[in-house]
Amino acid sequence: MIEADGVGRTFTVRRRVVHAVRDLSFRVAAGEFVACLGPNGAGKSTTIKMLTGILTPTSGRIRVAGLDPSRRRTALARRIGVVFGQRTTLWWDLPLRDSLELVRLLYKVDRKVFRERLDEMCDLLDLGGFLATPVRQLSLGQRMRGDITAALLHDPAVLVLDEPTIGLDVVSKAEVRDFLRRLNAERGTTVLLTTHDLGDVERLCRRVLLIDHGRLALDGTLDDLRATAPGVTSIEEVVAGLYLRSRTTPRTPPPAPRPAPDGPSGRA
Amino acid sequence: MIRTYALLAWTWTRAAAQYPLSFALMTAGGLVVGGLDIAVIWVIFANTDALAGFGLTEVMFLYGASQLAFALADMLFGNVDRISQHIGAGTLDVMLIRPVSPFVQVAADRFTPHRIGRSIQAGAVLAVGLTRLDVPLGRVWMVPVMVVSGIVIFTALFTLGGALQFLLTAAPEVANAFTYGGATLTQYPLSVYDTRVVRGLTFVLPLAFVNWQPGLYVLGRPDPLGLPSWTGLLSPAAALTLAAVAALAWRAGIRRYRSTGS
Ligand SMILES: Nc1ncnc2c1ncn2[C@@H]1O[C@H](COP(=O)(O)OP(=O)(O)OP(=O)(O)O)[C@@H](O)[C@H]1O
Ligand SMILES: [Mg+2]
Repeated sequence: MIEADGVGRTFTVRRRVVHAVRDLSFRVAAGEFVACLGPNGAGKSTTIKMLTGILTPTSGRIRVAGLDPSRRRTALARRIGVVFGQRTTLWWDLPLRDSLELVRLLYKVDRKVFRERLDEMCDLLDLGGFLATPVRQLSLGQRMRGDITAALLHDPAVLVLDEPTIGLDVVSKAEVRDFLRRLNAERGTTVLLTTHDLGDVERLCRRVLLIDHGRLALDGTLDDLRATAPGVTSIEEVVAGLYLRSRTTPRTPPPAPRPAPDGPSGRA
Repeated sequence: MIRTYALLAWTWTRAAAQYPLSFALMTAGGLVVGGLDIAVIWVIFANTDALAGFGLTEVMFLYGASQLAFALADMLFGNVDRISQHIGAGTLDVMLIRPVSPFVQVAADRFTPHRIGRSIQAGAVLAVGLTRLDVPLGRVWMVPVMVVSGIVIFTALFTLGGALQFLLTAAPEVANAFTYGGATLTQYPLSVYDTRVVRGLTFVLPLAFVNWQPGLYVLGRPDPLGLPSWTGLLSPAAALTLAAVAALAWRAGIRRYRSTGS
């Protein structure tokens, strides 16, 4: 469902080249639930933006639902749902209900299907109480539920979430997690999320992608992650150990496994 | 595209209707600005009967045609040259994940119909000028063609200004110089300017095709620079060429988009 082969992305900041992502390769099959972990600045959001077509990779090849995101962005948009924890995809000044109605029209979702889906989401995510509230007045947790609903109205095959549980209280967090778990189990929606909350990973994901300095540092199960620090019981400590180790390794060119094909050449 | 635009514009119009006072004030503000432009023309003609060889009705016709085109382009697509705000705020990311062209989304964002006031005002000046001019039927068809070409030319300029902002963050000011500057330049017969300026506006930045060249054709006037009278008929071609360049620049801008770090 998601294929990344040797994907890289550089940014030029004041003449200095920053390798946000380099030589990243992984595959996610249909129906999987995958978490993307990594310290701040590792390149998780950049990866998500390339998978969704927002950013064009400087090198490598990406396929999501069979499409090249940067070339077929609008076609891809119909097949994937995207949630940014840090930023709403809804219209700030419109009531949630109008925002969702606009999403319905933009995605050309049938009115009847829309009503059914909205009822279902109201049930599962408890939206009923704030459908009439303008998005700007929603609390973070309410807004996140609205955003998740908006991302799923067109019943996408893939759902991509960048830090969906950021800033949520324990109860909201549990509800969102439970919702995502059921979405994946019952509808078979492929889910890829990034998070700094290891609780998300423990409760949801069979598979973890650890990104470090823009590279894939580990691709495996939670047990594989634990195996990196034998004897340590808490997953938090295991990850803390990995992140700390990543800080002490130099940021600039760690030896590439093969010549990195990045640079502005692949841009046009 | 049109459906999406109408949808978004309608949504924003309803949202704006919740603040009728601000709507009324903005409409009034637009009318005052347009009124001042017209007042300037009146003042000029209070002191002389001709501006660079053109009488009051002819100047009204030229003014009305360019300002109508500009006001409509500005109302429909003027937002595009404010895209740096969306880039900075990260809202462009959100537009890019929707199955609709980001150009339409940016253009229709916060659409308010208050600018229709300027269009009506300019349209009235154009209509008054035309009725007093007695243009032969064989040439009057060019009037709607020149207004539409003008809309396309100004829209292309807004788009070029927007595309530039993917590269430079200080671009809004530069872009405004071309779009609003272009609207001001074309208020008067271009023969008031130096011939080098007119050449530049004909062959480089084709603002002369908004109202000057097609206007000369409609008025049956020879071109002061000696270009043949059919030059005015090239307005649609000039508009489409500029639009194609703008579309390519916009696409290149989107591909070069860097998003924000957080
Ligand atoms: N638009 C941009 N311009 C310049 N540099 C950028 C841009 N976006 C990201 N970067 C850089 O790329 C690197 C990866 O950033 P990214 O946002 O992908 O990290 P992240 O893994 O999502 O981090 P976090 O956990 O803090 O959200 C960082 O060094 C960042 O400074
Ligand atoms: Mg991030």
